[in-house]
Amino acid sequence: MNTVSPIMSVMKRDLLLAFRQKAELLQPLLFFVMVITLFPLGIGPGPDTLQKIGPGVIWVAAILSSLLGMDKLFRDDFNDGSLEQLQLSNISLSWGMFVKVLVHWCVSFLPLLFISPLLALFLNLTTPMYWSLVFTLVLGTPLLSLVGAIAVALTVGLQRGGVLLSLLLLPVFIPLLIFATSAVESAALGLNYLPQIAIIGAMLCFAIAITPFAISYAIRVSHH
Amino acid sequence: MFTWLHPYAKTERAYALCNTLLPYFFITAVAGLLVGFVWGLLFAPSDYQQGDSFRIIYVHVPSAILSMSTYVAMAVAGFVGLVWQWKTAYMSMIAIAPVGAVLTFISLFTGAAWGKPMWGTWWIWDARLTSQLILFFLYLGVMALYAAFSDKTQAGKSAAIMALVGVINIPIIHFSVEWWNTLHQGATITKFGQPSIATSMLWPLLISIAGFIGLIGTLSLMNLKNQILRRELHRPWVTELLTSSKPVSKKGAK
Repeated sequence: MNTVSPIMSVMKRDLLLAFRQKAELLQPLLFFVMVITLFPLGIGPGPDTLQKIGPGVIWVAAILSSLLGMDKLFRDDFNDGSLEQLQLSNISLSWGMFVKVLVHWCVSFLPLLFISPLLALFLNLTTPMYWSLVFTLVLGTPLLSLVGAIAVALTVGLQRGGVLLSLLLLPVFIPLLIFATSAVESAALGLNYLPQIAIIGAMLCFAIAITPFAISYAIRVSHH
Repeated sequence: MFTWLHPYAKTERAYALCNTLLPYFFITAVAGLLVGFVWGLLFAPSDYQQGDSFRIIYVHVPSAILSMSTYVAMAVAGFVGLVWQWKTAYMSMIAIAPVGAVLTFISLFTGAAWGKPMWGTWWIWDARLTSQLILFFLYLGVMALYAAFSDKTQAGKSAAIMALVGVINIPIIHFSVEWWNTLHQGATITKFGQPSIATSMLWPLLISIAGFIGLIGTLSLMNLKNQILRRELHRPWVTELLTSSKPVSKKGAK
């Protein structure tokens, strides 16, 4: 009980802060929709083409919008000193970091899941493709948040972290992109896509086990 | 357990160790590269299918094989730095990084130059090529992160964490890319999938691999010496070393 309540208060505080800035909450989502709108315009509106590139486009857009939103994950708390307070408090920093990343995922990626039927409509995805896409997004986007948070924690002390962040993170995200899009492709062919989902799930479990420690260490390094 | 290692956390001892090791690596590099290249490029028989253009193998294969192990070496140095908090470990990590990046670039470049006559294209999204390209980006990421910090201790720690994240990811990237490739296109022309290579071609290859190992060691050690000198400029032993031209420093300059 003693350890749970401070963590709950961290969670409450982060959620409250996120919902006080509703405009900022919507920006990555709008970016996501905009990027996806550009593809049919750039490549051509043929339904077959769109169906073929659809899953890849949605995932690339998700990764790019995650980079956009991720930069703010720790920045405000770092600048006003609340991260330092969290570090000094008696709760473990790894738990604190895990909760912060969880909240960040809820406010930045859950809306993306709710809007995904619209995108499936835009890109002419079939129903099995859509469901496999939802599964990969549910399991894959927390992985984006967790792994991304390590690099965000490392670059939080830097003035110009944005471009560096994408250089650090994009190569690391490639396996996820490959497995996620191949799951949707298998679904499109009517094949079993459980193996890909299982691999993404395994990567997520591994990330949940390890990344909180890496994130909290990175935060300590940044406060050096 | 590792107490014999601890003295090398001191920059002066590490510098001395560099000087001791440098001649061996240098000799291996010169001898290996000379023998391997001359034998491989002039005397080894030409391939019955590829003619003389296969000879690029003597540059391409060593660099491709060693680029990944160099990354692991870099990550191990970073890990040692994180565990024992040695700045010499961070210095060696960042001394290895550019060498590995250039090596990866060489393997990509020679691969493209080899692909043009053989496959008829400079680049295909083959599994090996793709994972090599990603490895190149990982190197650049570590170097960029190190360069972004002005406080070099913090830079070393941050880059070490990123190198470790990369090293966990390398196998995942490797296998995912392989899987991705086999999903998309069935048969790829694999040059190295052949069961064996003729002994007359293999020996020069092995020798040039040894030469490349020597070269990587030499360049990394020289870079490490530079890093140590630049970071420790205010230390008395460095001033002494730089003002009096000792035989030690001459040996390092070669």
